[in-house]
Amino acid sequence: MDILGKRKIWYRISIIILLIGILFLAVRGLNFGIDFQGGTLIEVKLDKSVGNEDVRDVLKEINVAVDSKIQQTEEQSIEGVIIRAKELNSEEILKIEEGLKASYPSAEMLRTEMVGPVIGEELQTKALLALLFASIAIVIYISIRFEFRFAIVAIIALLHDVFITLGIFAIMGKEINTPFVAALLTIIGYSINDTIVIFDRIRENMKLMRKTSFIELANKAVVDTLPRSINTSLTTLITILAIYLFGGASIKTFMLALFIGMLAGTYSSIFVASPLLVSWQKRGLSS
Amino acid sequence: MRYKQRRTLKLLFIFAIIAFSLFLYYNYGINLGLDLQGGAHIVLQAQPTDDREINDEVMSGIVSVIERRVNQLGLSEPIIQRESSDRIIVELPAVDSPNEAIDTIGRTAVLTFRNSNNDILLTGDFIKDARADYDEYGRPVVSFTLTNEGSNKFENITREYIGRKIGIYLDDELLTNPTVQTVITKDKANITGYQSVEAAEKHAVLIREGSLPVPVKVVERRSVGPTLGKISIKKSITAGLIGLLLVGIYMMFYYRFPGVLAAVILAIYGLILMGTLAGLQAILTLPGIAGLILSIGMAVDANIIIFERIKDERKSGKTLKAAIDAGFKRAYRTIVDANVTTLITALILAYFTSGTVRGFAVTLGIGVLVSMFTAFFVTKNIIDLFTNTALLNSAAAFGVREGR
Repeated sequence: MDILGKRKIWYRISIIILLIGILFLAVRGLNFGIDFQGGTLIEVKLDKSVGNEDVRDVLKEINVAVDSKIQQTEEQSIEGVIIRAKELNSEEILKIEEGLKASYPSAEMLRTEMVGPVIGEELQTKALLALLFASIAIVIYISIRFEFRFAIVAIIALLHDVFITLGIFAIMGKEINTPFVAALLTIIGYSINDTIVIFDRIRENMKLMRKTSFIELANKAVVDTLPRSINTSLTTLITILAIYLFGGASIKTFMLALFIGMLAGTYSSIFVASPLLVSWQKRGLSS
Repeated sequence: MRYKQRRTLKLLFIFAIIAFSLFLYYNYGINLGLDLQGGAHIVLQAQPTDDREINDEVMSGIVSVIERRVNQLGLSEPIIQRESSDRIIVELPAVDSPNEAIDTIGRTAVLTFRNSNNDILLTGDFIKDARADYDEYGRPVVSFTLTNEGSNKFENITREYIGRKIGIYLDDELLTNPTVQTVITKDKANITGYQSVEAAEKHAVLIREGSLPVPVKVVERRSVGPTLGKISIKKSITAGLIGLLLVGIYMMFYYRFPGVLAAVILAIYGLILMGTLAGLQAILTLPGIAGLILSIGMAVDANIIIFERIKDERKSGKTLKAAIDAGFKRAYRTIVDANVTTLITALILAYFTSGTVRGFAVTLGIGVLVSMFTAFFVTKNIIDLFTNTALLNSAAAFGVREGR
């Protein structure tokens, strides 16, 4: 199987997906949730289905957060609504709770979240710092254990996976919150993990097969580790899919991000990272 | 004979690990985060005023007033801690009506007596005690007791304002606006206008425990009712079990007998992980459960790497025993390199985040460490147990299939 010889095809596939994603990121941007932007989210359980406008009437009556976004709850086994509003103070939130309970005596507060804009800004900074420091730490580790170029290529593969995930979220317009940051960091960990298993084999082949050309020994490493790559990503994707389908509504976005990231990660380890090593090598020889 | 003895030792070692994990799990249990057991997480930020800036004294003043309020409200196991120079985190597990509690806790609660021009005549500083009670007409009231000095001042005020109205305010909320009927010389008086004695009790707590030195602002709050927590736990457990089962089936289907061993190892991994979480008293959050289920993927991966390595070694013509030894040796290095990077990410994530996401990072990190431990100590011993049996020597197990 010649995977690395056809590397230009794989590059093109990646570039097309990345470009579409980046286009959406630039034009539409990400749909930041309250964790990033600040705001209030109230999820209420009701014992029967209640229309969004009926809930709005309650808000109008108490004259609090009248322009809220109201939608039905995403949790499958229960009826209820989610109210999204701007940043509200404790008194206003309490008024909403009391207002709803007055109109619907069985109303039960499932969750209330309020994030001030300061906290949202801090989260954005912290998320970026975490991504940055994780990348730097990984470059250092791989440079020590392997070579500097392995580290750079691994980081390119990692950015590839992160941007594909971001791009697809921009395309779908899914709301992102703190757990999404955790998902991105996990994708980074996985992406690197996956890439390293192949790099490890390349490193080994470089020692054992001194007379073989780099592209040949790298290709052998990729092909030899293919069963592992496929089995590992299948078993991981199965678990993610199981949580996505059977887990609660609140971790669905998290799992979706992981699913996309893991797929991209498996692809990039085989079709981006190892080919880039070969391209780097060729360039180094010709110059 | 020596081989058999070693085998017994290995078996004992594995049972000892399982027993110890079970011991930890049953003794310490798993701590659930606020998002799973229900509760409230509040971040308060102190707001400087014209005459008071935020310093350590002000902050510890706020912490102690809030501590007293929380205790007086009868909330169990609260955590109140300073987070930074001007922030305080309050965690209230198992609080029945979090919105109400937060509203009460976060109030500045300055009690003032004002005339119709809004001039402050007296403040809550002169109040010694305040209790919820019923007055002689059976109405719920806050009955307060003044200090000696306060009592004198109050007498003068009532003399001056007889026949006029005095408003009693808690912050900017007008509680009651009575007309002064007589000069009050007693040190006790009532605040009326409450719907219930519970409502009066809340204000009594605020008045009795004093006001905050400066106002605080709720900059972040998350509360989860017990229902949602229960739904989340139930669904996560179902999802986790289904995931484990599917992975187990896949491994058995693909790797045959070694796959069965992998499924058993996975179950042992799950036990060790639960024991470790219990022993470390880690707090399990909803993203944490996701982290755990994900680390199952890593644990399986370690086994897959080992199995594939053994297969490769078999292909190069080694005997089963030699292939297993060489396979493990080579796989170890891969597993360490691959997992260290994940550990780095988990550590950085834990450092930069807080709350539930930190819970995720911590459980992921613990999961990765436990999966390495399992791969190095459990997998090897279990495979060794079966090295001399026909089950592992058959062509289907680690064998080189025809046409490959």
